Amino acid sequence: MAMHGMRGLAIFISDVRNCQNKELERLRVDKELGNIRNRFKKEKGLTPYAKKKYVWKMLYIYMLGYDVDFGHMEAVSLISAPKYPEKQVGYIVTSCLLNENHDFLRLAINTVRNDIIGRNETSQCLALTLVGNIGGREFAESLAPDVQKLILSSSCRPLVRKKAALCLLRLFRKSPDVVNVDGWADRMAQLLDERDLGVLTASMSLLVSLVSNNHEAYWTCLPKCVKILERLARNQDVPQEYTYYGIPSPWLQVKTMRALQYFPTIEDPNSRRTLFEVLQHILMGTDVVKNVNKNNASHAVLFEALALVMHLDAEKEMLSQCVALLGKFIAVREPNIRYLGLENMARMLIVTDVQEIIKRHQAQIITSLKDPDISICRRALDLLYGMCDVTNAKDIVEELLQYLSSADFTMLEELSLKAAILAEKFAPDLSWYVDVILQLIEKAGDFISDDIWFRVVQFVTNNDDLQTYAAAKAKEYLDKPAVHEKMVKVCAYILGEYSHLLARRPGCTPKEIFSIIHEKLPTVRTTTIPILLSAYAKILIHTQPPDQVLRNQIWAVFTKYESCIDAEIQQRAVEYFALSRKGAALMDILAEMPKFPERQSSLIKKAEDAEGGTAEQSAIKLRAQQQPSNALVVTNQHPANRAPPPVSVGQLSLVKAPSMDDTEDHSIERAPSQENVNISKVDPQAPSADLLSDLLGPLAIEGPPGAAVQYEHNATPGLDSGPDASAIVPVAEETNTIQPIVNIAERFRALCFKDSGILYEDPYIQIGIKAEWRAHHGRLALFLGNKNTSPLISVQALILPPAHLKMELSSVPDTIPPRAQVQFPLEVVNLQPSRDVAVLDFSYKFGTNKVNIKLHLPALLNKFLQPISVSTEEFFPQWRSLAGPPLKLQEVVRGLRPMALTEMENLLHSFGLMISQGLDPNPNNLVASTIFCSEKTHGMLCLVRIETDPADRTQLRMTLASGDPTLTFELKEFIKEQLVSITTVTPAPPAAPPTPQILSSDPAALLAGLLS
Amino acid sequence: MKEMGIRFILMVNKQGQTRLAQYYEWLTLEERRALEGEIVRKCLARNEQQCSFVEHRNYKIVYRRYASLFFLVGVENDENELAILEFIHLLVETMDRHFGNVCELDIMFHLEKAHFMLEEMVMNGSIVETSKANILSPIQLMEKAS
Repeated sequence: MAMHGMRGLAIFISDVRNCQNKELERLRVDKELGNIRNRFKKEKGLTPYAKKKYVWKMLYIYMLGYDVDFGHMEAVSLISAPKYPEKQVGYIVTSCLLNENHDFLRLAINTVRNDIIGRNETSQCLALTLVGNIGGREFAESLAPDVQKLILSSSCRPLVRKKAALCLLRLFRKSPDVVNVDGWADRMAQLLDERDLGVLTASMSLLVSLVSNNHEAYWTCLPKCVKILERLARNQDVPQEYTYYGIPSPWLQVKTMRALQYFPTIEDPNSRRTLFEVLQHILMGTDVVKNVNKNNASHAVLFEALALVMHLDAEKEMLSQCVALLGKFIAVREPNIRYLGLENMARMLIVTDVQEIIKRHQAQIITSLKDPDISICRRALDLLYGMCDVTNAKDIVEELLQYLSSADFTMLEELSLKAAILAEKFAPDLSWYVDVILQLIEKAGDFISDDIWFRVVQFVTNNDDLQTYAAAKAKEYLDKPAVHEKMVKVCAYILGEYSHLLARRPGCTPKEIFSIIHEKLPTVRTTTIPILLSAYAKILIHTQPPDQVLRNQIWAVFTKYESCIDAEIQQRAVEYFALSRKGAALMDILAEMPKFPERQSSLIKKAEDAEGGTAEQSAIKLRAQQQPSNALVVTNQHPANRAPPPVSVGQLSLVKAPSMDDTEDHSIERAPSQENVNISKVDPQAPSADLLSDLLGPLAIEGPPGAAVQYEHNATPGLDSGPDASAIVPVAEETNTIQPIVNIAERFRALCFKDSGILYEDPYIQIGIKAEWRAHHGRLALFLGNKNTSPLISVQALILPPAHLKMELSSVPDTIPPRAQVQFPLEVVNLQPSRDVAVLDFSYKFGTNKVNIKLHLPALLNKFLQPISVSTEEFFPQWRSLAGPPLKLQEVVRGLRPMALTEMENLLHSFGLMISQGLDPNPNNLVASTIFCSEKTHGMLCLVRIETDPADRTQLRMTLASGDPTLTFELKEFIKEQLVSITTVTPAPPAAPPTPQILSSDPAALLAGLLS
Repeated sequence: MKEMGIRFILMVNKQGQTRLAQYYEWLTLEERRALEGEIVRKCLARNEQQCSFVEHRNYKIVYRRYASLFFLVGVENDENELAILEFIHLLVETMDRHFGNVCELDIMFHLEKAHFMLEEMVMNGSIVETSKANILSPIQLMEKAS
């Protein structure tokens, strides 16, 4: 009989079980606790056996949810019992009842240490498990080295080592500053060579923690993980005991793939190839089978493989295969697979290029939104939220609105918040946005936070053309019989401000509007009444000519509330009454509210906070932020292959051409600096610092987080005229030069070496760029993002191309809607080699403020370079045949910042030169080759040799050769500029001095002005 | 740093009585009571056609029902749900191997053995061992000794 010897415990459990109700149970438990307390107190000489019995009872009572505030000492003392059964109970109960901060635990440290370093492996295991579960700082201090020794000890059996590995994991997690893991990379790698799958399972958990903390140190473990995965996935040498329904330890497979996801990438080509083969095998070889357990286990592995494929920069084909699999999963009946399909598809959204494929499954996802299982609904909602953009916002938001009426009660708040955010982010037009929010308030008023209706008021206030529409809608809703109080608030506010715009419509006289609102007054709470009073006061002043009857009605209301007990209502009533008797003075004070300053949507902030910030989510966010601009939201999307109507072609202007004999350093004059960017604007009201930058999240590829704040710093002084004043007083025009909130020179420089990123950003607009280059052709896409809740108007973009580039810009819309982004393509053809830079002349108006900026476009010479490797046999004949100027030019460059040879290699590599290793026998020299593409030269081979002087790294000799004299010269100058500019990177001047606006419309003159 | 994967393992019967509770993060008694009440209410209300995952606060419950007994495992949001679901089954099969067709009463009256097994399988929220023979060997050793 398994329970022999613990009869008392069995009787007690059975007694508790037989209790008829909770009260009787409590009595029985209290009696037992009293009994145990007495025994512990009176009988000092309790046998270990008796102690063991009582300690189990304590654990049982504790599990039932009763407080056990004594007897901890007895549990801890059992740890030192000589016999295994008592010792074991001591260890297990202690780790259940106590936590790492418990004083009694300290008493046990010595015993625990002796057990760990002792020879008895069963005691070792118990002690390691206790420390692994509740060990704190003091344990880490006194035990970490011993535990580390055990993990790799050859005299220890796997059962001890696996526990030691997880014990170390605990100590490291709890006190990373105490546990020294320097040099652990090698030991981890050694540990991963272990054959025993138990040890590997435990070690893999340890590795995940170590790698997630510092992946760089553990890259040697990467190929080992791939090997382990290969061994399991191909079922090589896996003992039967570790095979689960025919699948080699699914848990270890999953853990191993998880570890691999903590490495940013896999560079080693062999590991990469092996891994992709294994992943392909998993993706293709997982079939649906009848046995539930087998099916679950194989799909556990499959889903982890999908996650790993997403993480690794996999081939598009493989990614499409993943999306196809997920598409299959979200359509199955089996709820677990469907749930996971939805969850993983949402994760997949962060991978570029698959969004479009995911969109095809929209209908299927919407079916899951309506599933009776709330877990599945949540995943579907999340996925819809993530995949929403301007192309499908209308459909998705309308589905969400529809679903509101039938959704589970616990989903309503999240659902309405998400619908509100999507409507705000992707509204194709603002009247639709107003419709959505009003519908939300109507259907789920209780779940709509104040933020949501505040936001719609902001939009309406800031957009003149929306006000009439909103007022009409507000009247429509208030006409309905039972109206939610929030609806009364928002409608009363809007009607107070803008109902005069409806005056000519039937049923919209001031008197009628007043009575519609006033009908609701008896139904609302005191917090809403002040809003109604303000609305009345506003209606009153907008009534021209004055209406005596209406005035008397409203005054009666004011008089009634003059003695209201609520101070806010009373004050408003008294003041409005007094003011409205003053006549003309009222006009100014009760005029329409001024435009709101731009501020961050509190909704979106709230949504971010609500996400809870678990590690996974933040990792996704982090990765999402690193995505280039294909994640952009685009309104007015032009199909990329449509030939766009040229806007300012034919203005190919002659720019200062570089003369052949001019070997002076050009880099300074060419380096785009902030002086080149001239922004003038009139700004009566500085926008507040909390910009809507988060709305344009995907565009904010590398925006420094503090930039907006810094802007406020620079721009607010002198702009103190408060918003209240501006409502009444005509705005005095005032010219300021404002700072963009990014360093334009740095942005440009960064974009010289990569193909997507932010080109420019100020408080109103963000300009992003994405480019693709093929031979001498280039296709750029410019993204203009309006960061405001008001439209940007008079948008103009003019390209000032240098002589060697043919550039065609599609038409830019005159207006960018509030917080929308528009994209327009720009086709580039490289005619001939030149280092000149194209300029984008961009202007827009925000309210009354005009902004004009000129930006260099990163369509540089290096974008037309294609690295090519050249063998010794090809190189030397070429090199010799291009003998001397002007096809081969040589120059000594001095005054460089000392640079290691590898650094220089990286630099050359970054702009498209292929280094040929070992071609030059002198190790201090570099030889490189590339193909330059232009209409004139076609693809032309260029050869470069750089000789460095190990004694003096500040100088070098550069020799360039190609079949075209201009190309040779331009490329030489280009490389020199890059070498020099990297040396002389100076911080941009803090503030650009106001430069006079160039008024000439001649692009050539403009450009000359810019470059001088 | 990566958090632990498994936060707690609960065994609860269909009346909502806890039959075993093992936490891998420290919670006060009040917190445990509240948590068990909330999640048991959530999970027990679900039917067979619904999925085995329930989102609760900022983590997930993966659960499985065997006759009158529910096994509930609280995990981090990014944990592999199906792997945990099958881990529950592995635990049940291990108990089956020891008790022979395990039932609620076995776990109730042999609480210590259930704890011993769990202790061999999970440590500090990570899976240590998945071989049933290895999991059961300390218990068998002890039974031989007594």
